[in-house]
Amino acid sequence: MRIQINGQPKEAPDGLSVTALIAHEKIKQPLMVSVELNGDILDREAFENTTVKDGDTVEFLYFMGGGA
Amino acid sequence: MALNDDQIERYMRHLSLGEIGGKGQEKLMNSSALVIGAGGLGSPAAYYLTAAGIGRIGLVDGDVVDRSNLQRQILHGTPDIGRPKVESAKEKLNALNPDVEIETHQYFLDHTNILDLVKRYDFVLDCTDGFPIKFLINDACVLANKPFSHAGILRWDGQILTCLPWRSATYRCVFREQPPPGAVPTCAEAGVLGAMAGTVGTIQATEAVKYFLGKGELLENRLLIYDSMRMRMRTVNVKRDPRWPVGAPHPDIHELAPLGQEPACELKKR
Repeated sequence: MRIQINGQPKEAPDGLSVTALIAHEKIKQPLMVSVELNGDILDREAFENTTVKDGDTVEFLYFMGGGA
Repeated sequence: MALNDDQIERYMRHLSLGEIGGKGQEKLMNSSALVIGAGGLGSPAAYYLTAAGIGRIGLVDGDVVDRSNLQRQILHGTPDIGRPKVESAKEKLNALNPDVEIETHQYFLDHTNILDLVKRYDFVLDCTDGFPIKFLINDACVLANKPFSHAGILRWDGQILTCLPWRSATYRCVFREQPPPGAVPTCAEAGVLGAMAGTVGTIQATEAVKYFLGKGELLENRLLIYDSMRMRMRTVNVKRDPRWPVGAPHPDIHELAPLGQEPACELKKR
């Protein structure tokens, strides 16, 4: 399937869950990201049971806690 | 409040801007901002707000200047090592613009003292280090209905979101809850580029100025993500999430939770 990840077109295997997509994208620590799927932030509990579909727009938003 | 001759000269480049002019400059001079954290983000933010002639600026930081701060915290210099950050900052800011009233708050904020402080200012800038304080600022500003600029930085990257509580997405609408301690690397572990922090703090000051003027488009419902290594900025649309406790019309969170301790950039524990 063709999807958009963080503004970039990407190819990914069909039927991936959000959890699987995080692994596929080699995001080492899933707790580092908040995930927006087609404009809506997903609950972390929904990552496992949400399937990414062809044409979807995914944003991995990284936690950044620094400031000092 | 009419501008005197010195002020006309000082703010000439503002007065020339159609969106500011004399009326706008007076608005800035009648505004107040609370800068929480006098470090990597707070330094440029406080400098530019002071230069812009914001009438009253509160600076909160309980820390003292450390040599490892100086790579990015440009309010402080080598002779300031060991001095309270707010004291060092006030000295520089007074020298830059004596018209601005700098109020120093030399302590760390927690759930017991934050609400009373944010209520005393028109706009809040989250220039802090660590998730517990960032979530606390979000919750306090929502409860106090206080507009604020959120920012976070790590390595070469930064992000900024301007929140007008009850109107636009808050920090919690995007990031929900603190990640568990250790899940996200800290700047102390991962490093942070000083100049990138400067850009992000400067964007926060820009947002505050536009808010005071009531001009332009704020980073409302848009998270600005700055990747300084690839030198790209993009905005991601975000939404207010009515299911989320703080940020909904009827919040489930009525009081602030005590603060955990996990600084993200500073080496030493508070």
